[in-house]
Amino acid sequence: MHDMSAQAHVAHHAPPTSFIRKHIFSIDHKVIGKQYYGLALVAVFVGMVLSWLMRLHLGWTNLAIPGLHWLSSTGAPGNVMTPEYYLQLMTMHGTIMVFFVLTTAPFAAFGNFFLPIQVGAEDMPFPRFNMMSFWVTLVAFLVMISSFFVSDGPTLGGWTQYAPLSAVGSVAGPGQGMGVILWASSIAIFCIGQLLGSLNFITTTLDMRTKGMSLWRLPLSTWGWFITSVMGLTAFAVLMPACILLILDHVAGTSFFVASNLVLNDQLQPHAGGSTLLWQHLFWFFGHPEVYIAIVPGMGIVSHVLTVNMRRPMLSHRVLVYSMGALAVLSYMVYGHHMFVSGMNPISSIVFSFPTLIITIPSTIIVLIWLGSLYGSRLRINSASLFALGMISMFISGGVSGFFLAQPSLDIMLHATYFVVGHFHLVMAVAAIFGIFSGTYFWFPKMFGRMMDERLGKIHFWLTFVGAYCIFMPFHYAGLAGNVRRYQAFVDDYLQPLIPLHRFITVAALATGAAQFIFLYNLIHSRYWGEKAPDNPWQATSLEWATPTTPPPYDNFGGKLPVVYHDPYQYGIEGSTGDYVMQNSPEKIQSVGEEA
Amino acid sequence: MATTVHEPPRIEQQPQPRGVLDSGGGRGNQIPPQGSTRAVQYAPPPASTGIWVGIAAIAMTFAALTSALIVRRGGAADWRHFTIPSILYFNTILLIASSVTLEISRRRVADFMSNAQPKLTNPVRWLHLTLGLGFLFVIGQYIAWRQLSAQGVYLASNPNSSFFYVLTAAHALHVLGGLGGLIRVIRKFGNFSLRRSTLDATSRYWHFMDVLWIYLLLLMWAKL
Repeated sequence: MHDMSAQAHVAHHAPPTSFIRKHIFSIDHKVIGKQYYGLALVAVFVGMVLSWLMRLHLGWTNLAIPGLHWLSSTGAPGNVMTPEYYLQLMTMHGTIMVFFVLTTAPFAAFGNFFLPIQVGAEDMPFPRFNMMSFWVTLVAFLVMISSFFVSDGPTLGGWTQYAPLSAVGSVAGPGQGMGVILWASSIAIFCIGQLLGSLNFITTTLDMRTKGMSLWRLPLSTWGWFITSVMGLTAFAVLMPACILLILDHVAGTSFFVASNLVLNDQLQPHAGGSTLLWQHLFWFFGHPEVYIAIVPGMGIVSHVLTVNMRRPMLSHRVLVYSMGALAVLSYMVYGHHMFVSGMNPISSIVFSFPTLIITIPSTIIVLIWLGSLYGSRLRINSASLFALGMISMFISGGVSGFFLAQPSLDIMLHATYFVVGHFHLVMAVAAIFGIFSGTYFWFPKMFGRMMDERLGKIHFWLTFVGAYCIFMPFHYAGLAGNVRRYQAFVDDYLQPLIPLHRFITVAALATGAAQFIFLYNLIHSRYWGEKAPDNPWQATSLEWATPTTPPPYDNFGGKLPVVYHDPYQYGIEGSTGDYVMQNSPEKIQSVGEEA
Repeated sequence: MATTVHEPPRIEQQPQPRGVLDSGGGRGNQIPPQGSTRAVQYAPPPASTGIWVGIAAIAMTFAALTSALIVRRGGAADWRHFTIPSILYFNTILLIASSVTLEISRRRVADFMSNAQPKLTNPVRWLHLTLGLGFLFVIGQYIAWRQLSAQGVYLASNPNSSFFYVLTAAHALHVLGGLGGLIRVIRKFGNFSLRRSTLDATSRYWHFMDVLWIYLLLLMWAKL
């Protein structure tokens, strides 16, 4: 298909032959990427079932959910959820989704599989670290899940684990003893895995690019993963010591996060002088970049998918990259906006408010580039491009509410209401998940050598798209009506009229969740019985479509590294193979703007 | 102590591709002449970039602990100054000395590999010395903890001691990682498979441990 005569030769690596080295303890970045994807898939269904249980309880508080007592006899006696157990499920839902889905799928799974191929490398430079990063993450997941099976269940402190209640032990409630220790241990282990992954991503991008692959020739998806890995390196390096200090407050009797003279359940706590705000500072220094760790890979994936389907490059490749970089830098300066009502000095609130409003500028630029590029394009409508459009839609809808929350005067009223829950679910969670879906439909043929069912993909999109709005838009109205988040039941008079709204949300959540089984069926069915995929089914230009076989061979390029001649998105031109020229094709491009 | 003069294989130095945004690829692979089947050695020193990335992550971890210390100290009524054990100053000398011995070893190997020195004169002796000094440092830290606990100062005694133990233990763990790296270097040196970039990266990490320790010592001296 393209001229390989000028390819640089490299030593060919013999693939492993034993089942264990090939599929389980593999050092191949592609297998590790699939393992991360599998982990995220398991995690997302666990998280989704937890959200179903929560929503059922919110809609019908005394509803007996058949079989629930099997999960916890004390948390659900007679299959009816206790208030504490509601909070425990909510905490685990948030934790599992943020860490084991939104971080692992778009960043670790797709990044592992495609970043080395897109830069033209045969693997990552530290493949054993890469293998360790997955297995460490799996251990973290198992430790987190194990907290369901300890005597008083998982922690109920929310995914943010605010001190002092997270640091004083079981006196603060069920799960606040061993549950918190397991939570903090799991997250600390998870941090190690992500640090090892980030180390590989950064080094691969900087050192392993093939001949001709300058940084500006990297596809936007690679830029997304690279920028995310820089954020991950600095953010997880802060969360890990924070978790260790939290564990020490539990097991060693230290007082990092617990203030003096704290009385809980009529018991004076044996701690002194700690700072409850210290945990929030450390947590949110990680927590806000984490929001961008979840969404920036999705931005890269969506930009990549849209460009291929628009058959023309983005309005400005460079401005898009600079904007993603600006998001990364600014994400460290805005974390205090999570703490406007924490008792922090009000002047600090103003200081944090300013960059929070500033960060909307690169976000807006990115959205405008997407919309401007889409305008007038003849977008190919397929499952991948539909989910890419859906991601943009969710990001805008969720982002607009961010303007309100960025201002301390408004946030005082809206903080800890369903308005915030609606905001972050749309802008970060659902948008990122749409990015994952887009990436899945787009790259599945390369990952597994088979096409996914487009018809099922489109049905999946429309059900998910409509369903997500039905779930999360009403959250905003409930929040404006003063509906406080984390309540397990709405017993106050002013909340009673909102119960029908919550029942509607519950039905929408159940239906949207059920629609995900269409995706799961499509995934599994296509994996084994899907139509065989050609090497380059989307007529795309980047290097993942230039591998000699599909799926790519063990060393990605069959012993010959590609040489890169062009920018990543040469579409809408007259190439020898169609309206595009691949990055590794030495043919001359006649049209203007080849080396923009 | 080994007396054999090792002569590790000479490692071909690859041209360093160091472009920034518009460079022609990270590794600067050379296209072989037409018809050549010679495999171009593609291995650039990712260890070099990798170690800087690792150092950045470790620096962030200790920056977080430093900010925690400052926040915890601010307005804390229970902050009780205590004198850090004097053996720490001796340990500091040991660690600095280990950096010196490692640098001597690294330079000797580097000179040999770049043909500046025709013979390699016992770099392994200096590596062993570095390893010994490193272990002595960790033992010295352990003695400091024992001295403090003998005085009744434990992890949970007061916030100062909490931070003292956390900072020194976190640093000692990283030093142990460095010792593991040094053992790996010595083993690779023994079987002639040591890469220059591995030695450079290990020594860079070790020197960072040195700088980090001096920083922590100053921090503890000034703030605890």
